[in-house]
Amino acid sequence: MERNVFVSRRRIDGFDVLPSDSAEAHVLAVDDSLVDRKVIEQLLKISSFKVTAVDSGRRALQFLGLDEEKSSSVGFDGLKVDLIITDYCMPGMTGYELLKKIKESSNFREIPVVIMSSENVIARIDRCLEEGAEDFFVKPVKLSDVKRLKDYMMREVRFGTANSGGTNKRKLQESCDPTSSEPSISSLSSSSSDSPSRSPISPSSASSSIPTPLDSPVRRLKMTNTGGLI
Amino acid sequence: MLGLGADRLWADMNRLLALLFHQGVLDEQFVQLQQLQDESSPNFVCEVVTIYFHESEKLLKNLRGLLMEREFSDYKKMGIHLNQFMGSSSSIGAKRVRNVCVAFRAASEQNNRAGCLRALELLEHEYCYLKNKLHELFHIEQQRLLAAGVRYPMQN
Repeated sequence: MERNVFVSRRRIDGFDVLPSDSAEAHVLAVDDSLVDRKVIEQLLKISSFKVTAVDSGRRALQFLGLDEEKSSSVGFDGLKVDLIITDYCMPGMTGYELLKKIKESSNFREIPVVIMSSENVIARIDRCLEEGAEDFFVKPVKLSDVKRLKDYMMREVRFGTANSGGTNKRKLQESCDPTSSEPSISSLSSSSSDSPSRSPISPSSASSSIPTPLDSPVRRLKMTNTGGLI
Repeated sequence: MLGLGADRLWADMNRLLALLFHQGVLDEQFVQLQQLQDESSPNFVCEVVTIYFHESEKLLKNLRGLLMEREFSDYKKMGIHLNQFMGSSSSIGAKRVRNVCVAFRAASEQNNRAGCLRALELLEHEYCYLKNKLHELFHIEQQRLLAAGVRYPMQN
């Protein structure tokens, strides 16, 4: 198969969940706020991701087929999830609790998880990163944040071909088939054009890509990260 | 000339936006939303803002309901509403509304009922202003699209 597709296989209950035919990665977004769900959905769509947005950790687990109350099987639509982005503060199950459940699952622990929060609390950020989150976005989430998500997917792809280095928190699993024909990275970044600025006017500060301040904790962590997180 | 009408409306829209940014009513997150609007989602900003209005009005009603209670004491519940309001306001770039929520939350954390009442009045006022201005903005945009559309007569 000579197509440029991002290939990733998952095993669920012994069944091979076949990769979807599309070159677009599929993101599961979790947020109890309807406004925020709408915004994150659009941010992801504009960045050429397929999106499923749910309003709670419970629903996210159900979608993945992880909910204990509903027996997990290949009963759901079988669409693989390539990344999960979740709000931290949610009633019922917090984003942190959802993160833990995913990392505890043998089937889903390799899915990268990103946390979003309106509170910029270092202890919270550290806790999430220690639990295995890829990144922590302080709300309001911007296009420049979402564009970073592609890096987490690409890292998954590289796991298949290079064994060492990188943030190797996770063991190599059959999630990335090393023999699959060159999963092309270009397919992930091709269609996302930098947002054509349709705004008629912007405030005095530059509207596009306001860089993360250097002293933001996540940026700091990423800059000092050489061989592995923590 | 009809073309001039569209251009003038475009200028009106810019002027209103500039004013709102200058007043701190809106911040760059609003611009971010505008950048997410495209041909496949041509009404995105209006849709999100409409959802925001519905949610906000429910929250304001809840907040007022709580504070009007004779034996009000559930500051925790108030805090939850405020966090929601803060979050959604920040997500659409409603800076001044969000800032009032912050002050409101501080009063709530101190169990300061009088302070909360004052903050609620201010919040309702700011929200009202924001809503009016955004409606104005969308109205001008609608007019502009109509005016621009008439330049290209329908072919039968």
